[in-house]
Amino acid sequence: MRYIDEYRDPKIAQALVDKIRERVTRPWVLMEICGGQTHTLMRYGIDELIPKQVELVHGPGCPVCVTPIEIVDKAVEIASRPDVTFVSYGDMLRVPGSKADLFHVKAQGADVRIAYSPMEAVKIARANPSRRVVFFAIGFETTAPANAMAAWKAREEGLTNFSELVSHVLVPPAIRLLLNSPDNRVQGFIAPGHVCTVMGYWEYKALADEFHVPIVVGGFEPVDLLEAIWMLVAQLEEGRAEVENQYARTVTSEGNQPAQRIIEQVFEVADRKWRGIGSIPSSGLRLRPEFAAFDAEKIFGLETLSAEEPADCISAQVLKGLKKPVDCPAFGAGCTPEHPLGAPMVSAEGACAAYYQYRRHTNLVSCSL
Amino acid sequence: MCLAVPGKLVETELIGENRVGTVQFGGIKRSVFLDFVPEAEVGDYVLVHVGFAISRLDEEEAQRTYQLLERIGMLETDPELEAQESQAKTEARTPSLAGTLDAIH
Repeated sequence: MRYIDEYRDPKIAQALVDKIRERVTRPWVLMEICGGQTHTLMRYGIDELIPKQVELVHGPGCPVCVTPIEIVDKAVEIASRPDVTFVSYGDMLRVPGSKADLFHVKAQGADVRIAYSPMEAVKIARANPSRRVVFFAIGFETTAPANAMAAWKAREEGLTNFSELVSHVLVPPAIRLLLNSPDNRVQGFIAPGHVCTVMGYWEYKALADEFHVPIVVGGFEPVDLLEAIWMLVAQLEEGRAEVENQYARTVTSEGNQPAQRIIEQVFEVADRKWRGIGSIPSSGLRLRPEFAAFDAEKIFGLETLSAEEPADCISAQVLKGLKKPVDCPAFGAGCTPEHPLGAPMVSAEGACAAYYQYRRHTNLVSCSL
Repeated sequence: MCLAVPGKLVETELIGENRVGTVQFGGIKRSVFLDFVPEAEVGDYVLVHVGFAISRLDEEEAQRTYQLLERIGMLETDPELEAQESQAKTEARTPSLAGTLDAIH
């Protein structure tokens, strides 16, 4: 397919690997923020193709992985009600809450449905006026315009049986938290190309300047990521810390204005808890007060529900790039995609699931040396 | 979760106040909301995420950068270009891909 196949060209990929090898003179630690990028890196074995001096650690950019346990508990609580049709992106169904996950509730007879788009939930609400339809609105900035537009269109239509359980997170505050951490190892970032398609990359300049860290907006195909790694290595070797854009076929500095407008009209910035990381100030979005009638937490009176996270896996360190999935004693043994202990093993984009799926667990010994 | 797929816009229509398009991904066609890409026209490639187009792909930019990448791929098998490149590299202070390759031009 156009705009995909050409960015998987092995000849160009090999040439870029050679370019990186020529450029690198000492060890560097780079982080890709987005779970989709982690997936590409593992799937094509890019971490093993590039020179050993360039270490890739994996960031917190998997919304399923960072959605806090109490939001899953709220989803379970709402979905269990007999008058509710609960609609979610598929990955969220297996994420463990403190007592149950959404699949468990569905198995017990609750009306839990998987949707590809929030507009499908609006459609279900329109067609079933006697059901209270709740959409599980999670995601990063990429997904925020669609989730915002669903609430906006529901209000325009006068739907009174549609609401959203919102748990939206933002990338720049998470990068700031990682860089502020005293044990941070990351020296350069691949910024998430689809988040930046929506938001632009102007916001990242302040981070690059303040922390003197290079940031390259990267795409999702192997050639995109190799080029982004090459650009980062070049910056690091030359002592530069700039924001550069590898993914210029879709990303501009200012981003998508109509998409940003709908986010601003429907959502407002709020503190958010990140699973495994804790509360990060101004790191998420919630519905504005004028959309209170579409806010499932308010409608179902769950604003105060909270829950503690189990300390049975090392996902916090994995999400901060301090450890690799294979460093966890439970990896591939007590924790598998079928029986996950933590969210990064659940989502296809979670770092643990990516390592597991592409069989990095067969290489445990060499990875831990 | 942030997966977005490029496809070709083959049809647009107005349903109520919503501008909706049909986008072709290889052999599959899907209906896509076009609220965020008012500038997109039939024949354009758009990037689609959870049922919404979130950008119109910049054909010219894609062509330009891809040609640069293709040249990098070719450089590996062309010693003459390789030599030119290493000379250009010493002259060019711009480290980016575009910079290095523009210098070869």
